[in-house]
Amino acid sequence: MILHTVNKSPYRSRQLLNCLARAKAGDRILLIEDGVYGLNWSDNADDIASALALPLQFYALLPDIQARGLMRLLEDSAAMTLPCQAISDEQFVDLVVEADNVISWY
Amino acid sequence: MKFSIVILGAPYTDQAAETAYRFAAATLARGHSIYRLFFYHDGVHNASELLTLPQDELQPARRWRDLIQEHQLDAVVCIAAALRRGVINDTEARRFDKPAHNLGEGIKLAGLGELLDAAHMSDRLITFGATS
Repeated sequence: MILHTVNKSPYRSRQLLNCLARAKAGDRILLIEDGVYGLNWSDNADDIASALALPLQFYALLPDIQARGLMRLLEDSAAMTLPCQAISDEQFVDLVVEADNVISWY
Repeated sequence: MKFSIVILGAPYTDQAAETAYRFAAATLARGHSIYRLFFYHDGVHNASELLTLPQDELQPARRWRDLIQEHQLDAVVCIAAALRRGVINDTEARRFDKPAHNLGEGIKLAGLGELLDAAHMSDRLITFGATS
């Protein structure tokens, strides 16, 4: 299993799309920094649908969600178009330990 | 588990160095070890002792230095990336006839071989990339 980190907003960069195009079944995607704007990514319905059809697990770094005032998305599943589990920095470390390798998309 | 961390972003330009710092601290908090911190590209600016901030602001360079000293971490700045950005130690400053040096204590100037070594010797290598 590969852990992919994405640190750019999908509104400004294609890195999340590039990552999704290359992720394999069972991989994990962690949104960090401006990547957490992917939580309510809304202008690419087809891409989101195809991403959600893959057996991938999505995570987002909680301190980065908090820093951007996006906490309300965690309580509103309708607004969170890319359903992610919010994790701490320590849980980020755990994900890296559990993965065979990490690919950083930046 | 042994980790190595590659930092590519300068302080204040983007968040890469901040995220890398938080990750490094979390790695140690989880009981893992850090084999090497490797500052590369614009990440070399994190190693400058001459970063001067208002006292009530976060001090990124000092924070790295404190973490490195407290945990006796191996910290390397890529020499080719550093010299061209004006991050230089005493030896190199004398060699190139420069009036000052600014590399933080406990941080080494070395080549990319140290990055290959870190990739080979660590259980995990993780890169924190810059915005541009």
